[in-house]
Parts: sequence; C-alpha cells; structure tokens
Amino acid sequence: MSLPENYLDYPARRYGMDHDRYDWSDMFARKPIAWPNGARIALSIVTHVQHFPLDMPAKPFKAPGALSMPYPDFRHFTNRDYGNRIGVFRILRLLAEKGLRTSFAINGCIATRYPALLDAVAAGGHEVVAHGLDMGKVHHSGLSVDDENAIIADTLRLLRGATGQPVEGWLSPGRAQGFNTPELLVRNGIRWNLDWANDDLPYPMLTKGGPLLAMPLAYETDDRVVANEYFQSEPEWVQQVKDRFDVLYRESADYGGRVMSLPLHSWVSGMPYRVEYLREVLDYILGHDGVWTAPVGQIAAAAESQV
Amino acid sequence: MGAEPMQSDLGLYDYLPWPGRPKITWPGGKKLAVWIAPNIEFYEYDPPNNPTRTPWGRPNPDVLQYSHRDYGNRAGWQRMMAAMDRAGFRGSVSLNVALCDHHPEIIRACADRGWEFFSHGIYNTRYVYNMTVDQEREIIRDAFDTVRKHTGQELAGWLSPALSNNLWTMDILAEAGIQYTCDMFHDDQPMPVKVRSGKLISMPYSLEMNDVIVYNSQKVTPRHYGEIIRRQFDQLYKESDDSGMVMCIPLHPYLVGQPHRIDAFAEAIDYIASHDGVWQATGREIAEAYHASGAYDAMTAAAAKHAQGDR
Repeated sequence: MSLPENYLDYPARRYGMDHDRYDWSDMFARKPIAWPNGARIALSIVTHVQHFPLDMPAKPFKAPGALSMPYPDFRHFTNRDYGNRIGVFRILRLLAEKGLRTSFAINGCIATRYPALLDAVAAGGHEVVAHGLDMGKVHHSGLSVDDENAIIADTLRLLRGATGQPVEGWLSPGRAQGFNTPELLVRNGIRWNLDWANDDLPYPMLTKGGPLLAMPLAYETDDRVVANEYFQSEPEWVQQVKDRFDVLYRESADYGGRVMSLPLHSWVSGMPYRVEYLREVLDYILGHDGVWTAPVGQIAAAAESQV
Repeated sequence: MGAEPMQSDLGLYDYLPWPGRPKITWPGGKKLAVWIAPNIEFYEYDPPNNPTRTPWGRPNPDVLQYSHRDYGNRAGWQRMMAAMDRAGFRGSVSLNVALCDHHPEIIRACADRGWEFFSHGIYNTRYVYNMTVDQEREIIRDAFDTVRKHTGQELAGWLSPALSNNLWTMDILAEAGIQYTCDMFHDDQPMPVKVRSGKLISMPYSLEMNDVIVYNSQKVTPRHYGEIIRRQFDQLYKESDDSGMVMCIPLHPYLVGQPHRIDAFAEAIDYIASHDGVWQATGREIAEAYHASGAYDAMTAAAAKHAQGDR
C-alpha cells in the first residue's frame, strides 16, 4: 500500500474553518446574548420520539440506538417502540406537572403511524421538531440531492400536516448530515438545526440558499449516550447534568445568556425507573432564578437578531 | 516501503528495572515534575482516506464527530486554559500544526502565556501509516517551519498524529532535532530512546491519564476522572522522595472543556499545585533538566550495564 502523492496536500489549510458552513468564533469573546426578561439560562428540553424500522439498513451506517440483533430483532424494535406507547406519555405528564413547554424531535413517519402521539405533544403546548423520516433514513453524502430532498420534504409534509405547526426546526437521525443537507433544509423552510455539536450557543450557519441557525444540543450528557454508550448510572447522569448547568449558570454572569440543552429519549428517560431522575434534574435547574424554559424555536427566535 | 516484515519488539529501548536506577534530581530540589499536555487539534471536514485507517466512522462529512471536536476550538479551550491559569500550569501543546493557519487566535493565547508547542502532526486526520520515509520527513519539516513561523519556537517534542507510527519514525525525529517523543508509555521516568543519531528521550506522557481514553474508552465519569488524577499524583509524589518522577496529564479541550467536566478537572489540578514539591514544568524543560542533571548519560550507562548482565 502506498499513499497518493496528494496525501500531503492540504487544500483547505487556511484561516478559519476548512469548509464554508460557518465562521470560526470564540464563544467567550462574543457579544453577550440577552434572553427575555433578563434570564441567564434558556433551558432547551428536546425529547426524541423515534421509529426504528425492523428492516432498517446497516449501510452506510446505522443511527445510534439502531436494531443490532439478527433479523427480526424483536427486542430492540419493541424496546424503542415502548417509548412511543408509554415512555413519551410519562415524560409529557412530568412536563405538564412542571408547567413546561418544550420541544419534541419526532420522526416524520410517526405522524401516520401514531397520530395520537402527535396530538398529545401538540395539546401539551410543545413544539414539534422534524427528526427525519425514520431512524433508518440517515442523511449522508451518498444520497442524491433529489433523494435527500424527498426525505426532507416528506418528513416536513407529514409533521406540518398532522400538527398545523410551521415546523421550522430540524434534527437529523443520528445527527448525521451530508454535504448538501444544510441547503436542502433551508430550501424546505427549515430555519434552525440541532445537528452540530460544536457550541453551547446558537450561531449562524451559511448555506447557498440563505441563513440557517445552529442550535446547541448537548452530546455527552444526552440520556441515551450516558446510559447506552458510557454505561453510566442514572445518578451519574443526574450529577453530570447538574454539573453542566452549574458551569453554564456561573458563566452567564460574565458572558451573557447561555443555553442549557437537555436531550431526552422517550425510550430512555421514559422508563419507569428513570423518570424520577429526570424530575430531580428539572427540580434542580428550575430551583435557580433566571431560568427560562422554552421550545427551541422560541430560543432561536430570541437569539436570531443577536448572533 | 511498508512491505517490510513485522518484528516482535520495537527495539527502541533497553530494559531497565525501576529499583537501582540512577537518581533523578529536578531543578530547585523539586520532587515530581508535573506537565500538562493539551492536544489542540484540527480534524478535517473532508480528509483523504488512508488505506490503514479511515478518519471518520461515517462517510465524509461526519458532522457529529467533526463538530464535537470543533467544540474544543470554539469553547472548550477557554475553559481548559482558565483552569490551568488558576492552578499556575503552563501547557505543553500537542499541536496539529495546521491549527496555526486555521486558528491563530488560539496559538497567540497559548504563546502569550509562555506555553510550549510540540508537534502532533499536521492534522489529526492525516496518519503516517503508508508514508514513505521522505513523506514523513516532509511533515516533520512542515511542523518545524510552521511552529517557528507562528511562534518563534524551535520544536522540541513530538507526538505522532493520532498516535500513528512507523518503525523508523524515532530515527527520523532524532535526525531532525526532536528531543523528546511522547509516543511510548513504558515508564514513569524519561528514558533514552535507541536511535541511529542524536539523543532522543521518551517523555512520560500517559494513556491512562489522557481524557480521551478515560472518558471514551474507560467510560469514566468526570468526577471520577478528578479522583484518578489525584490518586495518580499522590502515589507518584510519595515515590518521588527517592528519585524524581514525571506525571503527565494529556488533555483534549473538546472533552475536558465541556461544562459538565471542567470543574472536577480544575479542582484536581489545584490540588496538585498546592504541593510544594511539585515542579510545574513543560516537556522541553523536563528534557533539558534530564540532560543537564546528567540523568540521560547515567540512565544510558545503567541500561548498557544491565544489558551486559552486570546486575
């Protein structure tokens, strides 16, 4: 084996990023963001609602949480589906008790499979975020523009049709994008996305079709990542979420408003033994002055003119 | 190149058991040299493939993993630097040197603090696997030139990009004037490396104190990372009563600089800094002291004696 001669060529070695998706920016040198009513923290709770098709493809890669046993994988298909039957309603009940309006990132196919679920989310005053068509339809650069556009358009048609909400936010299955994804999102009326894990604040992205906002979504304190990738316990998840909040809250005194994002999965935090840990996290965060809980779209709208 | 038969031993150092070694004395009578090595890295959005190792798990662009690493250069580095400032630690930066071009602001902030820069290759998505010797010499030259141009520093240390290596790598590093390598984990004291020319030291770096290994391989929680840093320190500090040892904490700002992790780390290095016998050093300073104190020559002689059966 040998390497091509151009292995030592670096065509994108230049100031700033090695792509034109966004500009580099030091989070601690930005103009402070002011949240409504002087809030220090915008609490962004995003519950994933997902469908993992029994025949989901393994190529080019599987989204995290994918079925992993030989076909037909009864155990994981049904365990994930538990989130749609029971888990999501357990989380909805807790959010209602706390009087919180939040965001739910929902696979488009849920609109036809489980319309009652979408009704319950909308009736709770929550915002629907498009989460791709289903967990087997990952976005990647091997898709043609037309095929990828069709996935996005179908997803949005289903979710917008079922809820009447504008659905302007996007979270890709597995947070995966191809080279064309940002342009296609904008073409379909998406204003902000949650896929990029490089910031604790909203920042502007650049696409050929116009602006797109990147909204923060914590990667390593996500309930599924902590439980199923790090194999850490619920108390350890609680501790890390509290520690994350404490640092962001402290920083907000000097650097302006911060976003505390709390990604949840209906089939993870919606389990009976886990939901009270979620309550503990919410009680802790909401026990602080200056916490503004809102759907991601409202946080994006408040940030848009400031970033 | 690359088709040479595999060999059973690196052949880069002689065995020298811990008991009976020449004593190492650090400057100012300090007991334990502690150095912190932040890996300030740039991973490419659309890197070329290397037949031995594909840079990303998903097809380019792997937006999630790419952006996760980019977090370090937008947000994490500032938290890490603030924690190190508070504890009085200067960094020895394991630098993907292309970062000088991409983010000169980060380089300037490190340089202003008197931090050292050593090389971690050009990008962390370019591996030396399957390179010819001449190609590998070219990245060494690039690293020297880039670091000199942006910081005025002459490179002293090397950590191969993404820990990729060839069997000849140490020879050509020494030939180029590199003084210490961080690629070997066989000791708690600096040790001579057997190279064709020059004097190369293996500097204790660490796999097991490295945040990427701790968090992502060992699945350790942030607070427990603070605990194992303290335990590693307590033990080495105690043992350094007899002869100076080295403790390294290798970091990645995209990991340790996350809000849920920074405080446990910061408290652990505050704890280390509170001990009088700690020498808060850089890699270059440890290498220089190792030579100046005669430890390099003494260890080389002791290893030769041991190999001859004089035990």
